[in-house]
Amino acid sequence: MEQFISLTLGGVVNGSVYAAFALALVLIWRSTRIVNFAQGSMAAATTFIAVAVIDAGGSYWLALVVALLSGLVMGALIERVVIRPVEGGPELNAVIVTLGLFVAIQGIVALVAGVDERAFVPPFSTVGYEVREGFTLLSLSRNSIWTVGAVLVTMLALIALFRFTRLGLAMRASAFGQEVARLLGVRVGRMLTLGWALAAAVGALAGMLIAGDVSFIGPTFMDTLIVFGFVAAVLGGLDSPIGAVVGGLLLGLALNYVRGYLDDSLLGMAALVILVVVLLVRPGGLFSTTAARRA
Amino acid sequence: MSETQTPTGDPGAASDAAPTTATAGANAPSAGAGGRRSLLPRITLLRHLLVLVVGAAVAVLLLESTELNTNIKLGNVAYLAIAAGGLTLLTGLSGQISLGHGALMAVGAYTTALMLDVERSEEPPSLALVFLAAVAATTLVGALVGVAAARLHGPYLAGATLALAVGLPGLALYFSDTFNGEQGLTIRPPERPEWFTETVEQLSGATGRGLNDKWVAYIAVACLLISYFFLANLMRSRMGRTWRAVRDQEVAAELAGISLGAWRVLAFVVSAAAAGLAGAVLAIVVQLAAPGSFLPVLSLSLLTAVVIGGLGTLTGALLGSALLVFLPPWLIDLGRDVFDMEEAQASQSSFVVYGLLLVVTMLFAPAGLVGTIRLALLRRRAARALTRSGRG
Amino acid sequence: MTRNSRRLVSVLAAATIATSMAACGGDDDSDGGGGGGGGGGTAEDNEATGPGMTEDTVTIGSHYPLTGRAAPGYSEIPTGVQAYFDYVNANGGVYDRQIEWVYRDDGYNPTNTSTVVRELVLEEEVFAIMGGLGTPTHNAVLDFLNTEEVPDLFVSSGSSLWDDPENLPYTFGWQTDYESEGKIIGQYIAEEFPDAKVGLFLQDDDFGEDGERGVRQYLDDDQIVEVQTYTSGNIDVGPQIAALQASGADFVLGFNTPPYTALTQLAARDLNYTPQWWYSNVGSAPDLVGSLLGAFSQGAVSGASALAGIYTTSYIPTVDQVDDPWIQLFQRIWDESGQEGVLTNTRVYGMSMAYTMVQALQAAGRNPTGDDLVAAVEEAGADWQGPAFTPFRYSSDRHAGISGMSVVQFNAEGVGEPKTPLLVTDTGDAEIEEYDGEPIAPPESGIPDEEAVG
Repeated sequence: MEQFISLTLGGVVNGSVYAAFALALVLIWRSTRIVNFAQGSMAAATTFIAVAVIDAGGSYWLALVVALLSGLVMGALIERVVIRPVEGGPELNAVIVTLGLFVAIQGIVALVAGVDERAFVPPFSTVGYEVREGFTLLSLSRNSIWTVGAVLVTMLALIALFRFTRLGLAMRASAFGQEVARLLGVRVGRMLTLGWALAAAVGALAGMLIAGDVSFIGPTFMDTLIVFGFVAAVLGGLDSPIGAVVGGLLLGLALNYVRGYLDDSLLGMAALVILVVVLLVRPGGLFSTTAARRA
Repeated sequence: MSETQTPTGDPGAASDAAPTTATAGANAPSAGAGGRRSLLPRITLLRHLLVLVVGAAVAVLLLESTELNTNIKLGNVAYLAIAAGGLTLLTGLSGQISLGHGALMAVGAYTTALMLDVERSEEPPSLALVFLAAVAATTLVGALVGVAAARLHGPYLAGATLALAVGLPGLALYFSDTFNGEQGLTIRPPERPEWFTETVEQLSGATGRGLNDKWVAYIAVACLLISYFFLANLMRSRMGRTWRAVRDQEVAAELAGISLGAWRVLAFVVSAAAAGLAGAVLAIVVQLAAPGSFLPVLSLSLLTAVVIGGLGTLTGALLGSALLVFLPPWLIDLGRDVFDMEEAQASQSSFVVYGLLLVVTMLFAPAGLVGTIRLALLRRRAARALTRSGRG
Repeated sequence: MTRNSRRLVSVLAAATIATSMAACGGDDDSDGGGGGGGGGGTAEDNEATGPGMTEDTVTIGSHYPLTGRAAPGYSEIPTGVQAYFDYVNANGGVYDRQIEWVYRDDGYNPTNTSTVVRELVLEEEVFAIMGGLGTPTHNAVLDFLNTEEVPDLFVSSGSSLWDDPENLPYTFGWQTDYESEGKIIGQYIAEEFPDAKVGLFLQDDDFGEDGERGVRQYLDDDQIVEVQTYTSGNIDVGPQIAALQASGADFVLGFNTPPYTALTQLAARDLNYTPQWWYSNVGSAPDLVGSLLGAFSQGAVSGASALAGIYTTSYIPTVDQVDDPWIQLFQRIWDESGQEGVLTNTRVYGMSMAYTMVQALQAAGRNPTGDDLVAAVEEAGADWQGPAFTPFRYSSDRHAGISGMSVVQFNAEGVGEPKTPLLVTDTGDAEIEEYDGEPIAPPESGIPDEEAVG
């Protein structure tokens, strides 16, 4: 029972981390119908920028702000320079562009920061809550509460943005019907850029949260997250911020049970099984907004 | 994607032919093996046979005129190209994406390793038999995956196949008694026959050291030629046209009685068979089947080869695979020898340049290498025709 | 092709002559009069004997993960090797030959290893491979190197795979194998902590398995209360450490890589779990782990003392032993080499191995073939002394490396203090014995001086 509780709580924390990553993917999918494989190395890059700020004597919070801002800039730049020309073209071309970016950015991070791992101290204590002597819940620490909380707040903020603001409405319009949006006076191009910028900022947040969660970071520290974050986003339906978070939590829980009761090496297989089962029932993911496609 | 549609992009023809091809598709395996002639226009088959013969001649020339090390690299190109060829059929023709073909290669490689794993004193089973078994095993796995994949689209399929790429190699760790975990199964390379040693000596005077690697390279290239011959015929056949219809004209195809799901599964099965053969070839080239060889990056590389080369053509898949094998080491050499970098720095920089090259290619040659060249030729021809008509 | 093959023919011929000379294994013009850059012969006597061995150079190659997930730490090894070879070259090289050190990145992917090692052998024409890193990676080239008769010295992994002279006559291990290490650890715990409830934390490959096999030879099954494994790449070790805690283990022994030492320490701290810790040699890397953990102690304690009280094993000197003459030598050589970064344990590892390589080249004689090099290691290797605490097990029947280690505990300053004399043992049911020799100080010149065999 104790193991189950700690695995469940651990699953929630890991799940929020996947969810953070999935949120960034969902934002980009919503705005440009592209799966951004470069998300992982973009987030690694912004996290290393944050580390540079901390090394220079800045606080974690200053570093976080810098990471988010550099995410915004990086996202906007990438959309304008390399994504714009392939938008609306064959979807595989966009996939290859983001794969190319993934490889290139990771290489640049390694060249600048070196390949060695380094410590990343999270903002809050990671010491677990001691239920009783000899039984501590590792996942119930101040830092894990911050991680889960930050993801939930981000999700709510994104929902609010899309539901209740003119800007959010314009972004949604641009994503769903460019021509109509244009007729209505929305500057579609600008909205797409904003979508990427926002996504990269969320990705930067994810990077910071993940770095705090894993404690040690290197240029490749986001690699495993790319796969599980992507799976979480797909589980959720790719279109919905709530879906991303639910998908992330579901995946986090399932994988933690597998890790606890079976074996580490089956994590990938477990993700596959969950994904296939969910998609066979709902081919558009749990929170798909479009009608399920014909089989 | 666009250029594959042009030559046969006649949806009417595809739907007309659909009822017959659908039945032909049901007995596709036997059709592929024996009754191909009745399905294919004779002229196509002859043309492909001719290409096969020329390809074989070029391959021998290439293998005999290059250094042994290049021979081995050509072996690497061969197995990547076989898998990429299968993926071309799946992605270029049937319109499905797969980020998990590396895992299917693992099935082929492990089957090969297990079958060749006999005592040194014993005679291993014949290579042809082993390869057939590898293809059969992978086809089976491919059919399983294909059934699930047929119901999924775009990013959902991408996500599921990516999970496959991560998940399947994990089984080698979990069942480490059979698959020997992380350190993998070593594979004794096939012994070269006496006639090969003699022939090669007469051809290029090569003797002694490394001849076994040469023999393996020959096997790899032979497998490439044979599999491309099959794939080319398949893509040009009515089955190929049906797949295009399934991709481009879902509704029309369905109205014409084509079962979209069955055809998608079939495409997955065929491409899985290619991946299985590729894995078997990889196994004898690398002489090891280990999880570390089948990371998701392999699957992503295959997709890269297919798109960079020019989606939908086997030539493109071959070209893209060659690029994968020859470009990174060339970039590393460049960094080390010309820019005087440390090995680690040169290696890391090669990734940066490689990644940027992918981006740039997609921006300036969106149809891939083969597609772009074709387009340029077409344009020039059109321009020439225009000036001629202007003059006349 | 033809240029290449002609050269290959001459090598084969040379190799045949060498083997037909049976045990003496030396060319007739090889001098018996000591190495050290030229005793018993002059540069004029140098001859090219085949690939990688020209009149004035000898080329040694290797493969390491320089990029990707396995790169941290390991990518430093070849820079250590480079520093030592540079030092030897600056002092005249070996038999007036400059050592050329060519290494390639394989990203820890066996497919890449297979390609780059063939490139090293066929294109760069190395004389020998030295220190190829990793079990799955090197496993992919064993057959190739042995078929092509390329000396495959000193694989950088403690797997027992490399000690198989019958099937792999050209391959040699170097570091103490994981099973012997497990035995020494197991015996120490059984004797000194008979009441400890031991939990094992293992990497789920040959590293963890061989180590566990050794440990279980000395620890009863009921003294080992829990076994947890991890798959390299999965960085969340919380569940495993929680399970060890829940099992009541008060002594945790890890066969894991350095990042996992840091991860397990952090997870245990967050769980208020304070067992006695022991990390096998691979995972202890106090400099690396200390720098990782130091950041988390928020200045309360220094990084090095994060490992205070922890046990490990040792078979070559480590950088915390600033008074050790070998470390002083390597520090001097590293500083002179002008490469970036500081002297680390991984660089000491590379330099120590390079030292053994120079011994091997000296013992092989002035104009050796690959077979001469292999014969020299088999014949003389067991007598070589160097940075390694205990002798190598090399002979014509055995290709296993360093035979033993000592048990070490880190004190509050992060310096390892020996808890046992030097212990030697072997795989299987070989006894653990005290080593009766003494570690030696490095020669004045910092370069070995082995006599040519044969």
